[in-house]
Amino acid sequence: MIEVEHVSKAYGGRKVVDDISFRVKKGEILGFLGPNGAGKTTTMRILTCYMPATEGTARIAGHDVFEESLEVRRRIGYLPENPPLYPEMTVDSYLNFVARIKGVRSNARKARVGDAIEKCNLGDVRRRIIGRLSKGYKQRVGLAQAIVGNPEVLILDEPTIGLDPRQIHEVRSLIKGLGEAHTVILSTHILPEVSMTCSRVVIINNGKVVAQDTPEGLAHQMKGAERISLTVEAPAAAVREKILAIDGVLDVHAEEKGEVSTCSVECRLGSDLRRILARQIVDEGWGLLELRAVSMSLEDVFINLITQE
Amino acid sequence: MHNILAIWQREMKSYFVSPIAYVVLTVFLFLFGLFFFGNLAEVVQYTTMMQAQFGQSGQPIDVPAYVIQQLMRTTSLILLFLIPMLTMGLFSEEKKRGTIELLLTTPVGNFQALMGKYLASLTFLVILLAAGAVTLSPLFIYGQPDWKPMLAAFLGMLLYGAALLALGLFVSTLTENQIVAVVITFGLGLMLWLVSVFASSATGATRDVINYLSVISHLDDFIKGVIDTSHIIYYLTFAFVGLFLAYRSLESMRWKG
Repeated sequence: MIEVEHVSKAYGGRKVVDDISFRVKKGEILGFLGPNGAGKTTTMRILTCYMPATEGTARIAGHDVFEESLEVRRRIGYLPENPPLYPEMTVDSYLNFVARIKGVRSNARKARVGDAIEKCNLGDVRRRIIGRLSKGYKQRVGLAQAIVGNPEVLILDEPTIGLDPRQIHEVRSLIKGLGEAHTVILSTHILPEVSMTCSRVVIINNGKVVAQDTPEGLAHQMKGAERISLTVEAPAAAVREKILAIDGVLDVHAEEKGEVSTCSVECRLGSDLRRILARQIVDEGWGLLELRAVSMSLEDVFINLITQE
Repeated sequence: MHNILAIWQREMKSYFVSPIAYVVLTVFLFLFGLFFFGNLAEVVQYTTMMQAQFGQSGQPIDVPAYVIQQLMRTTSLILLFLIPMLTMGLFSEEKKRGTIELLLTTPVGNFQALMGKYLASLTFLVILLAAGAVTLSPLFIYGQPDWKPMLAAFLGMLLYGAALLALGLFVSTLTENQIVAVVITFGLGLMLWLVSVFASSATGATRDVINYLSVISHLDDFIKGVIDTSHIIYYLTFAFVGLFLAYRSLESMRWKG
């Protein structure tokens, strides 16, 4: 449905997006994850035909975003970082206007607008002036605007920003529901959001794709390596050698500080090696000062990935 | 066409829900009425004086024509001030609010967005001039003035306004600050207004060119009731250039981001 091939975007010589490639299949929800300034918004703007790429091609439903921009625009719903709202309009008239410029025929418009209002839970504010709504409502009006034309592809730039926890939950389940009939790309820098809503994740940093997998796969990469932190009274090299010999140990980083070595032991997922490690160390006659399981959260992996350079 | 209409309607609504429309309309009508009254009073005083001096034998003067000509010259100045207010928000406001991102990612083309907005500002100008025309009704109640030269004057005013609106629309695509848009539009308008000052010190072809550029020199014939195609062409070309520049500016916005 969405094919991005070697897309780059440069501003005055500085590459904001650098050779990004990914694909999204029909009905997938792709999470676009990265720290602020990683190039998420720029990539989305290229996909929505708001700005052209410096290099590379992107296609949506088989149409090139540059060559056939009008065809692409007919097929997308886009929620920019700041919801594009006209504060002087009412929710109803605003959604009607958006439906109109998205080419929804007048006889279908009422149903489409009603549908979007219902999905985004805007029923009780539909006659209110947008400028007087709270941030959470504005964000939902922005979301309603994106889905009002019933587009094949939804591109949502940080859809849950500015919402309270209950609304975040609502919007996430809404997006999940949308994923059944639409193809969705959403950007975020909130990790749990990705594991909760997305079927696939692209992690981007400094304009480059650093990882691409399903949330489970990433979690595997992250949690797949359980860590145990050890502090032992023994030379680092000896500790490393003995521990690496244990079945289930993937890697050992050991550091020596005077008499004491601090090790970080990576173990295979699900193999709780704490007892075995403890016994081994005692058997060797070393003093065991500390032994602690370190679980790697999604956050750790994310930070790991984006700080690797 | 469909999209142009949608944009036009939204712009019209937004004119009338914001105070801009009412302020511009009120100020225009107040000044228009004031100068109409002033010019009329002046003529009346003049005729009374003439009659007192020479009796009925004095030269008859065409009161409505005189009043309209004076009034229209003033109106062109009033419009120079007010038109930038009508165009300042057209694109700068969209840029500031980020709604430009909506417009440019929906199937609305740049051209359609531009035309919708331009036609909305033009419609507002027509409303303004029509309201002004209604103010002139006393002339028709108390006499039978010739309406054709008046119509010519209003046509000239409309063309002159259409040209300035296109200029304002272009400036509005350049900035996201409405104040900046107003000041630049007004400055450019005033420059094109006063450019004929330089004509007096120039000679030959330069002088003709400068005189031709002056946005006001083409208005005088209309005010006198003469419809000359060369003036119509001048204003239409002016408007076209403005719209073309605005279009290019919108296109380039996509590249700059």
